[in-house]
Amino acid sequence: MSEPASTQGTVGRWTLNIYAALGLLYLFTPILFIVLFSFNQPRGNFNVVWQQFTLDNWKAPFADAALTNALWVSLKIAALSTLISTLLGSLIAIALCRYRFKGAETVRFFLVLPLTTPEIVLGSSLATLFLGQDLIDFGFTTIVIAHIMFQVSFVALIVRARLRGFDWTLEQAAHDLGAPPFLTFWKVTFPLILPGILAAALLVFALSIDDFIITLFNSGSTVTFPLQINGAFRVRFPPQINVLATTILLVSVVLLLAGTLLGNRRRRSLEGR
Amino acid sequence: MTAVAPSLPPGEPSLEFRLARRADRYGLWGLIGAGVLLVAIGAGWVTGPLATLALVLVLGIILALIGVAIIGGPEARRILAPYGLLKPGTLWLALFYLAPLWTLLRISLSSKESRFSIDYQFTWEVSNYVVAFTEFGPQFARAFLYAGTATLLTIAIGYPLAYVIAFRGGKYRNILIGLVVVPFFTSYLIRTIAWSFILADSGIVVSTFDRLHLVGVLEMLQIMDNGRLLNTPAAVIGGLTYNFLPFMVLPIYVSLEKIDVRLVDAAKDLYSTTAATFRKVVLPLSLPGVFAGTLLTFIPAAGDFVNAQFLGSPLTTMIGNSIQDQFLVQNNQPLASAMSFVLMFIIIVLVVIYSRFFGTQDLA
Repeated sequence: MSEPASTQGTVGRWTLNIYAALGLLYLFTPILFIVLFSFNQPRGNFNVVWQQFTLDNWKAPFADAALTNALWVSLKIAALSTLISTLLGSLIAIALCRYRFKGAETVRFFLVLPLTTPEIVLGSSLATLFLGQDLIDFGFTTIVIAHIMFQVSFVALIVRARLRGFDWTLEQAAHDLGAPPFLTFWKVTFPLILPGILAAALLVFALSIDDFIITLFNSGSTVTFPLQINGAFRVRFPPQINVLATTILLVSVVLLLAGTLLGNRRRRSLEGR
Repeated sequence: MTAVAPSLPPGEPSLEFRLARRADRYGLWGLIGAGVLLVAIGAGWVTGPLATLALVLVLGIILALIGVAIIGGPEARRILAPYGLLKPGTLWLALFYLAPLWTLLRISLSSKESRFSIDYQFTWEVSNYVVAFTEFGPQFARAFLYAGTATLLTIAIGYPLAYVIAFRGGKYRNILIGLVVVPFFTSYLIRTIAWSFILADSGIVVSTFDRLHLVGVLEMLQIMDNGRLLNTPAAVIGGLTYNFLPFMVLPIYVSLEKIDVRLVDAAKDLYSTTAATFRKVVLPLSLPGVFAGTLLTFIPAAGDFVNAQFLGSPLTTMIGNSIQDQFLVQNNQPLASAMSFVLMFIIIVLVVIYSRFFGTQDLA
């Protein structure tokens, strides 16, 4: 895309560029701090002041048992909730894109509501629902239920956005060639919408691992990774937190890149036939 | 793809045709009915055997619709399909999003015998709301003041950033916009705590300001307080700005990227100055992005308590801190629920007013 302001002076141009670069730097400041201090050998309980370079923390990333356990709990919760919410949300997205039906507008509006409700209201209101019953105790199950609740809308909206340009006549073609509906979905529709679904799943997985506010209200005695860090902040802040955070960051970036590359190649192969 | 009712064959219409003709009504009312029943169960409008009956009814509705799909033939199946696909997700939201709003309202009007008891009595306890307003006014005020300031700052930082990436990024555009998102794959809490270490009294920022003799100036501007940066309103607002910046950059970027270059070229051909082109062409077309970004930033920021908890002091607590404290620490769920409700109500009112002025249809 061409620059709308190409006649602008060089000085103004560079001022704006530098301003934007500073914005990016602002975004990366705490990240650089976290990565840097994963190589620090802290004195005492807090990893705040730079002492000396060490690789010890990286050699023993799981040295803090409570932290490792919490991360494990978070991964389990994220896996389960992502699986369920991706299924529920994708079905909604397909319904909204593939069909025209009475009430579609209302459903669309209803889906945006949880996203425009502050997390503290979502968390506290769900906790009041669980307080009023004695079927489920606060813990793993209630956290999974809570996470699915806020993930469904995200999945539905992302998959719907990715489905917008989808050519549904492909299904018609498969049907005309004698494919039964299930086979049509499995062989034609599903492979084509899969990248969008995976992108949504990746995002809500990250949201689940990272969620603090809603989880805090519905956790009971179960401790997730963010809850453990919240507790650690007052008592002890081991460098393993930095190591695990950096690892999560690297894994996410690799997954994101892989997803983008895969999506691009797929698109190219489809366009070039 | 439109759901056209099949035309009537001559003579008495068969059951199949009658079912297919009404399938959209069955589907819609089945979905609404099942949703209302689940909300009723979750909200406690029905209890005991009645709740079981309601659950049986939900299953009955689903089975009946499956029956209609089987008997009604392909036409009915096609019309019912979207309702079937919607059901699991929307019913989940009915039970775990809508019903809790009701229980929240109910508890906010209840009272407890003491803070250690578990049971609530629904007593139309309006005093919870009175207390929420009279004793937590400053927290409400700070929440909206801090969130508002942070939102303006995210526009000030985020708009130029999105602009440069969209118009000058060239082939690196996707990488640059990816860079905006990358920091957010580290935990929210860890990022915020990292800021608290960076802004600490012994941290690098304060010592730099000290060396540059800027402390006096910054204290005058009320950014620093007694030589400290941490535990000031500025730190909390800075944290909020930081944590919600991508939610501003991304929608603005999307709306800028969509702009047709030919419009800009046309403006240039008509001898529009650079500033005028921006003001009359680019800016109006990017406003939907700013609108979406504002909502995505302001709403979560107003309810946030993480930044105030890690970067603030008791003098900078926001309403989120009070709700969290009353609900989980003081064990006063009725008061916390009342505050939650007031928070939600104020946000809805603000969003409605804001939408009236700047609203677009592009949001959903």
